[in-house]
Amino acid sequence: MEAKARTAPKGVPAVVLAEFESAHDVLHAAERVRDAGYKAWDAHTPFPIHGMDRAMGLTDSKVGWIVICGALTGLTGAFVMMHWMNGVDYPIIVGDKPGGAPGTIPSMVPIMFELTVLLSAFGAVFGMLHLNRLPRHHHPVFESERFRGASDDRFFISIEASDPKFDLDKTVALLEGTHAAHVEVIEEEEP
Amino acid sequence: MAYWKPLPELDEAALVQPGSSFRDVTEDVARVTETPAPRGWWICFSIALFFVGVFLVCVSYLFWRGVGVWGNSAPVFWAWDITNFVWWVGIGHAGTLISAILFIFRQKWRTAINRFAEAMTIFAVICALIFPGIHVGRVWVVYWMFPLPNQMSIWPNFKSPLIWDLFAVGTYFTVSLLFWYVGLIPDLATLRDRSITRTRQKVYGALAMGWRGSHRHWQNYERAYLILAGISTPLVLSVHSVVSMDFATSVIPGWHTTIFPPYFVAGAVFSGFAMVETVLLIARSIFKLHRVVLMRHLELMNKFLLLTSLLVGYAYSMEFFTAWYSGNRYEMAHFLHNRPTGPFWWAWVWMVVPNCVLPQLYWFKRMRTSIPVMFVVSIFINIGMWFERFVIIVSSLNRDFLPSSWGYYRPTIIDVGTFLGTLGIFFTCFLLFMRWLPMVAMAEVKGTMEQADAHGHGGDDPAHGAGEAAAVEGGLLPEGAE
Repeated sequence: MEAKARTAPKGVPAVVLAEFESAHDVLHAAERVRDAGYKAWDAHTPFPIHGMDRAMGLTDSKVGWIVICGALTGLTGAFVMMHWMNGVDYPIIVGDKPGGAPGTIPSMVPIMFELTVLLSAFGAVFGMLHLNRLPRHHHPVFESERFRGASDDRFFISIEASDPKFDLDKTVALLEGTHAAHVEVIEEEEP
Repeated sequence: MAYWKPLPELDEAALVQPGSSFRDVTEDVARVTETPAPRGWWICFSIALFFVGVFLVCVSYLFWRGVGVWGNSAPVFWAWDITNFVWWVGIGHAGTLISAILFIFRQKWRTAINRFAEAMTIFAVICALIFPGIHVGRVWVVYWMFPLPNQMSIWPNFKSPLIWDLFAVGTYFTVSLLFWYVGLIPDLATLRDRSITRTRQKVYGALAMGWRGSHRHWQNYERAYLILAGISTPLVLSVHSVVSMDFATSVIPGWHTTIFPPYFVAGAVFSGFAMVETVLLIARSIFKLHRVVLMRHLELMNKFLLLTSLLVGYAYSMEFFTAWYSGNRYEMAHFLHNRPTGPFWWAWVWMVVPNCVLPQLYWFKRMRTSIPVMFVVSIFINIGMWFERFVIIVSSLNRDFLPSSWGYYRPTIIDVGTFLGTLGIFFTCFLLFMRWLPMVAMAEVKGTMEQADAHGHGGDDPAHGAGEAAAVEGGLLPEGAE
């Protein structure tokens, strides 16, 4: 383990960042941080690590609820659109069936299905981005040069200063007590 | 995207060359976008760009003179335009199959080729969408296809399969694009973090949307990805089913067939896999991706081609059987006489030989694992599948119920130029993609490697890790522990 490096003090600490060399190390460090009771913290990995949800004590993702709202909107929206356009605003009568009559419902199935899928996909993608609060191009962890490895072959744990349990010395000591290869404190200018 | 352990009992081997590190994967894939393009790339790109020029000339002439510049004439009013449309949409289907269906079935080998196949889907669907757009005659009112207010105060007829098709293909394109982009986000972040120039950092940074590999994000990301895969699976089946209904809901012998939806879907997957293989073999040799795209992946694709070839062959036979079994004289005249012996008999041979006969080579392991054989066969399958659509469309239309209305069809040079032009568009987009975006899904490949197993690797207590893995297998612990 390297000695802990601190950038020259220029303000208040924002994040304590610990670097790990393997998926195994970061997983076990995450369990320690979870057990220490921290809430505003995160693991940063180049790929999702199996078992990390439990190691971090996360509850289930909420993306599915957004998707089901999108799906139902698409399904009903498609029906209402076709019924209004072909049955109310300008009735098109084919085979003695005005658009929107019960006999035309089978012909509505393909478009109802397609719009259900389309709006579900919007729900999945934009719902995921919303829950993750992305895009967000500024974040204290980006201040670290070493953090570039998080998208390559390095694993990180970050604990934010906004956490109620945050105490600079204790937090740094906690992370140093794991198998961290490097611990650094990222500071930001006083607001 | 959990770690994948090969089972020796099933003759399975590692998906990434053993001994590779995470850094090797990043290097192999990201390097392509960071070093000058190899000469092979420039040669291919120049040829592709030339055909984009051919396309622009042909389409300008088409817009200037009207659809009469094509060979379409009574009684064949749908010809190369719709053949090309169906062919291109079909090619796209393999991309979704690989990215979605194989994902749901946890076929980890897909990680080597899924990014590629998804890109292929998007570019193929762009080429497909061109044809309905330009075949309408008056392109300046092409927006009448959409449910938008227009000067006639009339809405589209939603009982028509043609508008179902518009919704199906439009949805397919949008969902494929989203799926592809979501998969790209972590890899774009990798390119951002490796940036050597300020411009690259800005562009890849903007596209990566500030992704920081956060596990709280990964959790939502993986769920969104799973849901996208789940909804893309019925979507891809619906798209070619709806395309087939453009034909099946009409009364023309040769079109009016209930087998069409599954038959079209099987054909689409077949042709798409062939196209993925053609393009992958070229890219693998130009960019030297032998560490990630292994012979094992190619062999699996060839097995898949053999399977879908048999499905397509079954559909062809069943069409003949149904025509005979129906006792309908028009159906029998069409399938038993017009197709194999009529004026387009040669197109029928081009359909049957590459699609049903040639893939039988893949029963032999030596053939399945020979690069020259698979390259040639994949190109023949692409040609054969184009002829399948040509046979369905043109040879059904050229002889319908009344012999007095029979006719022949000949394409013009503009037909040929437009089709070759879309091939140019496809390969231009593809080459740009290979040059500027990560061709292989780095994050997903890393997730399947041995070192990705947080429970077994680098451990102070290997026995504990093994025990936990066994408990998950045996259902004692919830997998992923969501």
